[in-house]
Amino acid sequence: MSERPQPLIVGAGPAGIRAAEALVAAGLRPLVVDEAPACGGQIYRQRLVPDRRSTRDLYGPEAPKAEALHRDFAALDGKLDYWPQALLWNLRDGRADIMVEGTSRQVAYDGLVLATGATDRTLPIPGWTLPGVFTLGGAQIALKSQGCAIGSEIVFLGSGPLLYLVAWQYMKAGAKVAAVLDTAPFTAKFNLLRGLPLFPGIVLRGMRMTAELKLGGVGLHYGVADVRIEGKNAIEAIAWRQDGMEHRLACDGVGYGLALRSETQAADLAGCRFAFNQRDRAALPERDAAGRTSVPGVYIAGDGAGIAGADAAERAGERAALALLQDRGLPHDATRAAALEAELARIGRFREVLEAAFPFPAHWMRDIADSTTLCRCEEITAGEVRSAIGQFGVHELNRLKAVSRVGMGRCQGRICGAAAAELLAHETHRGIEAVGRLRGQAPVKPVPLTLALAAQQEAAE
Amino acid sequence: MALLRRLVRADHPAIPFTLDGEPCEGRAGDTVLTAILTQAERLRLSEFSASPRAGFCQMGACQDCWIVLESGERLRACSTALSPGMRILTRRARAA
Repeated sequence: MSERPQPLIVGAGPAGIRAAEALVAAGLRPLVVDEAPACGGQIYRQRLVPDRRSTRDLYGPEAPKAEALHRDFAALDGKLDYWPQALLWNLRDGRADIMVEGTSRQVAYDGLVLATGATDRTLPIPGWTLPGVFTLGGAQIALKSQGCAIGSEIVFLGSGPLLYLVAWQYMKAGAKVAAVLDTAPFTAKFNLLRGLPLFPGIVLRGMRMTAELKLGGVGLHYGVADVRIEGKNAIEAIAWRQDGMEHRLACDGVGYGLALRSETQAADLAGCRFAFNQRDRAALPERDAAGRTSVPGVYIAGDGAGIAGADAAERAGERAALALLQDRGLPHDATRAAALEAELARIGRFREVLEAAFPFPAHWMRDIADSTTLCRCEEITAGEVRSAIGQFGVHELNRLKAVSRVGMGRCQGRICGAAAAELLAHETHRGIEAVGRLRGQAPVKPVPLTLALAAQQEAAE
Repeated sequence: MALLRRLVRADHPAIPFTLDGEPCEGRAGDTVLTAILTQAERLRLSEFSASPRAGFCQMGACQDCWIVLESGERLRACSTALSPGMRILTRRARAA
C-alpha cells in the first residue's frame, strides 16, 4: 500500500487546534502550519516572552479557554508536525507552497483544513493612515502580546463586540480611554435582548463591560457619523457628528474596526466555489454544515469560513476534521458531529443578533469625500476610484483593480477590498452582491522573489 | 515622542539596536514594531506621498509596517522579533 500524504491544516487558532486534535485522535498525523510563533490564533495569541501578567490579565473571562487550547495543542507534540512562523503562500495541483525558516517548501497533502481566521473590517475615513491609528485587533495585540498601549489618550471607534471588549481591556490595564465611539445608534443594542435566551452569559458580560466603562468615566457615544481623525503627522483629535451636532475630542491613539472579515485567499487558491453572504456582506467559500467546501478533500472552519467567533471556531474545526475522517472511510463519531452542528447552528442564530446590534455602516461609502485615501498601500483616493469607475464604465471589482490599482497593493485588498466593493456598488447603482469579489492571487502575502523562483525550479525538476 | 506606551516588560533585559543610526534599546519580547514605536512616532514614510506610517493591523495582514535595515533587507515589523544589533531605517521612503 502506498503511503498517503498527511492532511494539512492551515492555521493554529481555535479551529486549527481542534481540527488537529480530532485528526490525531483518529490516528492521523497532520501537518499544521501557522504564521504566528506560537499557537492560539489572534484571539488567544501568546506573548513572545512571559511577563508579570497572568493569563486572566491577558484573556479576561476567556482565560480558561485560552489555557485549554494552548495546553491541548502542546499535548499533541510528537503526534503531528507543526510549523510555526510558516506562511502558506500558494496552493496548486494538490500541493502547498509554504515559506518556512527562510526557504519555500512544497508539500503534498491529502485532506486540507483551512482555518485561516479573520482580520478587522474597516472603511476608509479621513486621517486613518496617521501613525497611532490601529485596527481594534491591532490595538488588542499591542496590549495583550506586547504589553503596550497605543497612546495616552485613546479613543475606540467602530462597531462590533470587539469595540467594547478592547476598550474595557485597555481600561483594566490602566490605560486612559478617552471615549468609545459607536457607529450604531443606541437603540441597535436593544437587539441584544433577543440574544439573552441563546447566550445569556455573553450578553450579560457585554452589558457588564459597558457599565464598567461608564463607571470608569469613559464617554460612550452612539450613532457617530462623519468621523475624521485630525492631525498632520500625528493624531491630534477625533471629530464626529452626532444628532446633528459637531463634536471634537483631543486624543493621541485610535483603535478602529467595523467587526471582522474572513481571510479567504487560501480557499480561493484551493479552487473553492464562493457565494455571496448577506450577513457578512462578502463572498465566502461555499460549505456544508460540516465544513466541506465545493472541492473534495478541502474543508474550511472558523472565522475564515464566515464570521462566527472563537467558540464556533473550536466546534467547526473539530466538525471539519470529523468530516475529513468520514470522507476517508475512517471511523468517526457521528453523534458528536451532530451535536457540534447543533451548537454551531445556535451560535449562528446569535450571530444574527450581534449583526443587528452592531450593524456595519455601509452607507459611509456613499458620502465618502473624494479626498479620503481609500487604498492605503497604493495611496489611491476615493475620488480617484470614483473617476476610474466612471471613466472606464467599470462594473466589476477585478476590473476596477486593473484600472485603478485598488486591491493591487501589498495587502492584496485585505484592507481596502470591502470599501472598494461598497463604493463600486453605490456608484453603479447595484447591490453589493453584484460587483464580484477580488480574486485571490499567489503569493497571498509578500514573499521574497528568490523563494518563489526556487520553489518553481524545484517543482519543474 | 513615542507612539506606544509600555505598560509591562519595562524591566526586561535590554536589546540594543539602532534607529536611523542612533543607538536605542528595546526589551526582550519586543517585536520590531514595538521596539521602534516605543522610541519614535513612525515606522516609515509611504512610497507615494512620503507621509508617516506606523502600521495598522499588527497581525501581518495589512503589510503597512514593512521597514528596511541598513543592509537593504526588508522585514515586516509587526511579525518580526527584535534581535540585538539590528540597524533599522525609518527615513527611507521606499520600504518595499
